[in-house]
Amino acid sequence: MSIFGKLTLESVPYHEPIIMVTLAVVAVVGLVIAGLITKYKQWSVLWHDWITSIDHKRLGIMYIVLALVMLVRGFADAIMMRSQLALATNGAAGYLPPEHYDQIFSAHGVIMIIFMAMPFMIGLMNIIVPLQVGARDVAFPFLNNLSFWLTAGGAILINISLAVGEFARTGWVAYPPLSELAYSPGVGVDYYIWALQLSGMGTLLTAVNFLVTVFKMRAPGMRLMQMPIFTWTCTWANILVAASFPILTAVLAMLTLDRYLGFHFFTNEAGGNAMMYINLFWAWGHPEVYILILPAFGIFSEVISTFTGKRLFGYKSMVYASGAISILGFIVWLHHFFTMGSSANVNAFFGVMTMIIAVPTGAKLFNWLFTMYRGRLRITVPVLWTIGFMVTFTIGGMTGVLLAIPGADYVLHNSLFLIAHFHNTILGGAVFGYFAGFNYWFPKAMGFKLHEGWGKASFWCWLVGFFVAFMPLYVLGFLGMTRRLNHTNNPEWNLWLYIAAVGGVIIMFGIIFQFIQLYVSFKERKQLKDTTGDPWNGHTLEWSTASPPQFYNFGHIPTVHDIDAWTDMKEKGIAYKLLDKYLPIHMPKNTSAGVLMSLGFTGFGFAMIWHIWWLAIVGLVFAIGVYIKRCYSRDVDYFVMPEEVHEIEQAHAAAAAKEVTA
Amino acid sequence: MFIRNLSKWVCAAALLSLTGCSGGILDPKGQIGADEKSLIIICTILMLLVVIPVIVMTLYFAWKYRADRNEAYEPKWSHSSKIEAIVWTIPIVIVVVLGVITWRSTHALDPYKPIEDKGEHLTVEVVSLNWKWLFIYPEQGIATVNELVFPANVPVEYKITSESTMNSFFIPQLGSQIYSMAGMETKLHLIANEPGTFDGFSSNYSGAGFSGMKFKAIATPTRQDFNDWVAKVKAGGGSLTQQSYPALAEPSENHPVEYFANVSDGLFHSIVMKYMQAHGEMNYYEKPEHSAHQMHSMSEAEE
Repeated sequence: MSIFGKLTLESVPYHEPIIMVTLAVVAVVGLVIAGLITKYKQWSVLWHDWITSIDHKRLGIMYIVLALVMLVRGFADAIMMRSQLALATNGAAGYLPPEHYDQIFSAHGVIMIIFMAMPFMIGLMNIIVPLQVGARDVAFPFLNNLSFWLTAGGAILINISLAVGEFARTGWVAYPPLSELAYSPGVGVDYYIWALQLSGMGTLLTAVNFLVTVFKMRAPGMRLMQMPIFTWTCTWANILVAASFPILTAVLAMLTLDRYLGFHFFTNEAGGNAMMYINLFWAWGHPEVYILILPAFGIFSEVISTFTGKRLFGYKSMVYASGAISILGFIVWLHHFFTMGSSANVNAFFGVMTMIIAVPTGAKLFNWLFTMYRGRLRITVPVLWTIGFMVTFTIGGMTGVLLAIPGADYVLHNSLFLIAHFHNTILGGAVFGYFAGFNYWFPKAMGFKLHEGWGKASFWCWLVGFFVAFMPLYVLGFLGMTRRLNHTNNPEWNLWLYIAAVGGVIIMFGIIFQFIQLYVSFKERKQLKDTTGDPWNGHTLEWSTASPPQFYNFGHIPTVHDIDAWTDMKEKGIAYKLLDKYLPIHMPKNTSAGVLMSLGFTGFGFAMIWHIWWLAIVGLVFAIGVYIKRCYSRDVDYFVMPEEVHEIEQAHAAAAAKEVTA
Repeated sequence: MFIRNLSKWVCAAALLSLTGCSGGILDPKGQIGADEKSLIIICTILMLLVVIPVIVMTLYFAWKYRADRNEAYEPKWSHSSKIEAIVWTIPIVIVVVLGVITWRSTHALDPYKPIEDKGEHLTVEVVSLNWKWLFIYPEQGIATVNELVFPANVPVEYKITSESTMNSFFIPQLGSQIYSMAGMETKLHLIANEPGTFDGFSSNYSGAGFSGMKFKAIATPTRQDFNDWVAKVKAGGGSLTQQSYPALAEPSENHPVEYFANVSDGLFHSIVMKYMQAHGEMNYYEKPEHSAHQMHSMSEAEE
């Protein structure tokens, strides 16, 4: 074996024009961005203020940038699949041969769930949760930076697979025995394993970080049952992450041992059992969908409550419902494989458990309805996303309960009906929620509001596109079309496949309009500027800070007396009140340790994928070395002096007062 | 039966909404598929009882309480035990009803449960190969590739396994599907209530040739037609033995239909056991009886 392991020049797919053109475009875009950074002399800013930042708000923004980039990548995969299936009807081969197409649907699933939805959710959580609980940062700021870079490292690995080698051709679930060495001898599954391991480690560390933050760092007076609802739903999601991600780590480690060291956990031979992988995978995979959706539920609650100008209806009920969903989410995993041959008792148990989840979810929907009741609803972009969600998600919930009935699942399993269902819930549920949160909290993070017109245009394209793209898939499921087909030969299906492709194009306009919205808003940032820090007349503490918030968040930590702490302060007339004397604020220093450690781990992952053992050792030793150095470093914190705090707080109060009186 | 009785009074609604589909699961040609279709329709209607009001209320509330209409405004109103009780009760009631239907239908439609009151059975042993289907008829001593023939109105018991990767054996118009897994045997019982040719395929992705892993399932009008077909296969010659099987098992895509007039006794059993044999544990099991899940044999014993 050579010094570069399995890696040779032939590993680059020169003969694939689609990939080569994509790479060329990526290279050009990369060069343009690098050129702009050089032109405006921003390299130093990029390094000192962003890459090495341990500020939760900046990390949150970087997570969302990552999510948006990955949205484009994942969507490119989606539109390729839809166009392939619209072309490859009546036995035609289409333009994507199976060896390419099979990588695309695998990558689409992994990228959208792990590298789009998760970073989006974690990004919003990063920006908002510490502000909502009245904390100056998360419990472990350095760890937060490391988590981000581990996630980014995973994303980089999965994107390298496009240019060097191949990605898994196994579907995003990578079921053995197909994902075992015997049937997937290439590096695709190894890319899958190491990309997921890196980002999974990052996600787990984030969950621990935020659990400690909400349990130990809440503002004085804030009881657990006074935490804002978004913080609560994130907390439930983090409990789920902490409990379920280790299962993913373990099951992937077992698959790694099978593939690298000839173990037999999931092989056909020597007593291996693929059913064990499938059970363990979904013991993570099912909680994972609740990890995605619960914070979105929290966002909808915040948005509805803010824009109706009302308290959230049934706060306690919402908290307990989220808890019930979290716990039930752990005992339903078998509904992903009713067709494996379990007995009727087993299948019926998991079916009934699954539909019980509809109870707390249904209660939540009614609570949002009654929050609107006797309110003054302002139809803003976040509200549009929320109402769009409530309609779409109700349909998705219904088809989910249908799939939870084993007798129905026996014919709907693995069909396009299932594909329609989970896009109905993950896209029409979780992702709509993130877009609502994106529009809602954007002024908080960036200091200016997003353009309403483009936001609305984008919403309508997404909503209409969603229905046009996915309702035909329900029909195709009923017509007996199974998932992951490369081409079809059934005239009954053609019309629906064409309609679905049109839906994909409409969604594409939704995405384009979102980027136009960002561009236009940036151009008009002076007119859209948020001077008060409270553009929507918000209820919770994040709106008490400036927009963007002071780097230390709070000049003095407020004392909380109510769930809607900021409304309470505004009513008592103590909002924007300056102190005579501020105390020095203890702050963590930025550090390059996180990005360097991740560099080591990503190098390690790449080396493991290609069997470059020396590089794997170098990467691992480097990462651990940086960590040890960081552990012994004493130069990790500093104090912000009272004078500086006073000055910043005075400016914020003055700006807010000017706006309020004007 | 429970589902069939229920299905009578929703029959009209079913006809209204879902006729016109042909070839899919809403156009069933067998009892299992017909029961599953009724189940889907009943449960959908039950859920629509909540889903439609929720969607209507969402749009209505959003319209009625929008800011410029100056309706009643109660910014501090955030709790009502009465409303809470109602909003928790409604989904609970629906889920209790659905739960009962689920429990009973899951037992009624258990793929492992033989179809009752239909007299004689036909047994077919199904092996998923990369990327084709092998059907062994142990009673007739023949085998086919990518073509499944059986008489209409005769229950067929499928014993299913896989040579290597996992697949799912599925004929949508007849009803349920079940995974095929290497080293294990799963079971499925289906019946065609009328003659016809139905699409069958793998519904669990298994690699490059997956899209071409299709077969025709042909229900002959009479038992005699089936016997004639068996005779035709037998006359065609060709045999599938332990020695020739590995060549057939080699990966191939869009494999044509193939007939074998003879098939070695116990070929299916040896395919199920091949991963055991390789490790010298052959004698431990005497009978070819290995359910994918031990639970199944236990619950069968109870009944």
